[in-house]
Amino acid sequence: MERGETAVRAEIALRVNGEERRVVADTRTSLLDLLRERLGLTGSKKGCDHGQCGACTVLVDGRRVNACLALAVAHQGADVVTVEGLADGDEPHPLQRAFVENDAFQCGYCTPGQLCSAVGVLAEAARGWPSHVTADLAADGVELDEAEIRERMSGNICRCGAYPGIVAAIREAAGGGTAR
Amino acid sequence: MELGAPLDRVEGWDKVAGRARYSGEQRVAGVCHAVAVQAEIAHGEVLAVDATAARAVPGVIDVLAYGDAPALADTSDFELAVLQSPRVAYRGQIVAAVVAETLEIARHAQRLVRVTYDELGHDVELTPDHPGLYRPEKISPDDPPDTGEGEETPAEVSVDVTYETPAFHNNPMEPHATLAVWEGDHLTLYDSTQGAAAQRDALAALLGMPAERVRVVAHHVGGGFGSKGVPPRPNSVLAALCARRVGRPVKLAVTRQQMFSITGYRTPTFQRMRIGASKDGRIADIEHHVIEQTSTAREFAEQSGVVTRMMYAARARRTTHRLARLDVPVNSWMRAPGECPGMYALESAMDELAEACGIDPVELRIRNEPERDPDSGNPFSSRRLVECLRLGAERFGWSSRPEPGTRREGRHLVGMGVAAATYPAAARPAQALARVADDGSFTVSIAAADIGTGARTALTQIAADALGVPVARVRVEIGDSALPYGPLAGGSMGNASWGWAVLRACEGLRDGIARYGGAEPGLECRADTSGEIKNQEAYARHSFGAQFAEVRVDVDSGEIRVPRMLGVFAAGRVMNARLARSQFVGGMVMGLGMALTEESRMDREFGDYLNHDLAQYHVPVNADVLGIDAIWLDDPDPHANPLGGKGIGEIGIVGAAAAIGNAVHNATGHRFRRLPISPPSVIPHLP
Repeated sequence: MERGETAVRAEIALRVNGEERRVVADTRTSLLDLLRERLGLTGSKKGCDHGQCGACTVLVDGRRVNACLALAVAHQGADVVTVEGLADGDEPHPLQRAFVENDAFQCGYCTPGQLCSAVGVLAEAARGWPSHVTADLAADGVELDEAEIRERMSGNICRCGAYPGIVAAIREAAGGGTAR
Repeated sequence: MELGAPLDRVEGWDKVAGRARYSGEQRVAGVCHAVAVQAEIAHGEVLAVDATAARAVPGVIDVLAYGDAPALADTSDFELAVLQSPRVAYRGQIVAAVVAETLEIARHAQRLVRVTYDELGHDVELTPDHPGLYRPEKISPDDPPDTGEGEETPAEVSVDVTYETPAFHNNPMEPHATLAVWEGDHLTLYDSTQGAAAQRDALAALLGMPAERVRVVAHHVGGGFGSKGVPPRPNSVLAALCARRVGRPVKLAVTRQQMFSITGYRTPTFQRMRIGASKDGRIADIEHHVIEQTSTAREFAEQSGVVTRMMYAARARRTTHRLARLDVPVNSWMRAPGECPGMYALESAMDELAEACGIDPVELRIRNEPERDPDSGNPFSSRRLVECLRLGAERFGWSSRPEPGTRREGRHLVGMGVAAATYPAAARPAQALARVADDGSFTVSIAAADIGTGARTALTQIAADALGVPVARVRVEIGDSALPYGPLAGGSMGNASWGWAVLRACEGLRDGIARYGGAEPGLECRADTSGEIKNQEAYARHSFGAQFAEVRVDVDSGEIRVPRMLGVFAAGRVMNARLARSQFVGGMVMGLGMALTEESRMDREFGDYLNHDLAQYHVPVNADVLGIDAIWLDDPDPHANPLGGKGIGEIGIVGAAAAIGNAVHNATGHRFRRLPISPPSVIPHLP
């Protein structure tokens, strides 16, 4: 934009954690800033604002995305799930429970992104999507062993170094028992 | 489930549900957004700040720069004298700020601010023979820069080598954020800080206000690793100034890129180690000469040589620290400042000495155990390094360590390395209040900080144990300067300091309840540990540990993987087994990054750190971390403090890089003396 030009605003309609939300926002607003600054959903975190750390990971139409790299206006009508929407009422998501029980975080700042990313990983594996470390690309499903989890979760940085707990928690939630 | 038990983090459910609010996430009406404008030269003066175009953007509320920014009462610390002078001391220094209705507008307008400079030319590169090297008056926190004792004697075996470490950036996941709210002449800062009370005192002094009129709140902090310690970072000062100017609450979040210049980092080092020993490995003379940088904006002398003052027995010993004052961002604390880089050099040199003597590296360290602290002459409160080494060697399978450069498995050269670890165990005075709440439960208050360490949980356990009640009946309030004074989370002193005060307050309350004949709501007890700490006996108090690593070096790509690491620690009484393990392992993971991937590269031309984001500064990711584990000795230290704990936040990183480096030598037969040990440096030395 040139100097002095007025921001372009647009009405953005989204479904967030099962609720229809409409908000008029600057078209430069990222999905992350829309969630955090306009909708009060500060569970999604801003660690780098450049898609390099994964702290902002949310689920858009069931797939994990870096909300800091998504322009909100480009996701009209999308179904967005953030960390605040993972639990089923008062019942925590199995991953949330496993993260607490395996001490899969320390400061907790990357945790919402880790959780949303892990939800995405479970779905991707169930659909048989291979990763860099998958041996059999034609298999129907992928068994989430430690190597698969580490590979698929490497877009989510944890500076506290809680990776062993994160892998254990996802293994547990994936039904693979404890990873330790 | 009390002291020592693996209780879940008390705020764990808030964190996994996204309910835990970090700084800048509090809901405040009328909030606006500030974005900092940074200097584009490394040395010189601001001639003019032209904000005409920025101010013309609808939604821009104000632009602050030198000349029209609110004045600070104390400008003695240049780094914190934000917008108080035209001088530019480093590239990235804050030279202006835009305040706007939304973040999008502020960011747009920030790019329209035109700053012109009188450029003076810069000196940003640390070299071992820098002409400006000088001896600082003291090194952090308050120690002599040089020490020397004993006469050097001719040695049968000698090692004289120099190690080089690059600058490292802390990179906590939560970028430093501040929400500044003025109400009349009272300021509330929701701020990412490791110490709410210390932050309040520093801000009050800068703003020329009594401390009672400043409140700092930091309920949840997304990591710090030293970068959110004291003195404050300039962003907190800027947020307060912006909010004062526009008369509205202001939110200011430092960007990841900006963190590389305004929130601290670890200095690069050149460390020359000279060790002379007898053929049987007994050290006669040991020298550690440290060269580091500091900023012209503020001096920080990292104490890398202190480990050589206390670690091993020797007849003669010399340590020195020299600094070059450069036009660089202000370096500061990063996890285990001093001990971390220092032990990399010392423990790598010990490995070289072991090889030169033909002695097992574990055995070499055991042979050089001192009877007392060589530095102070005081007895150690406890020192169980030898047990850590022996237990680790047994658990790790150390006896199967190959001769250097001899084990090849397919495409990989395989090796093992060991290093010792140490970290001081101190405590600072603190106050706490324990109180019977209206519902008969207990509330314990102290301005402590939980930056991910598990402090809130450990303090809850300490309180429950002292009160003799289940943890579910205790609520610990922390993270607010309005609570009884607690020192900052730093120097691995947090839990020892806060826990001591919490213990005394709860003991007093329990006595009060007994005297009263019941837990009457409103009964309370305050404790202050300053007297007890002042009267502590003279001991050398340190934690110890042994780090073991196995590496696999790809002979084609030079890639190094670390399939196994084991840390064995004697770090006092452990307050919570699960959270303690996370702390130790987390430190080791950071040490893995230091060894293999992390490096902040100085751009000579422009004078700032070139790779200033997480795509170019490579912290370990999940796929880098394979089998890392930590165990510890049951090690309550009665001379450390009444709880017997020694602090565990930092020792996990100490020695980790040396253990990996020593393992790379064992695998390849080549000694790499510069970190990180990355494929480009490894490839020329592969078979």
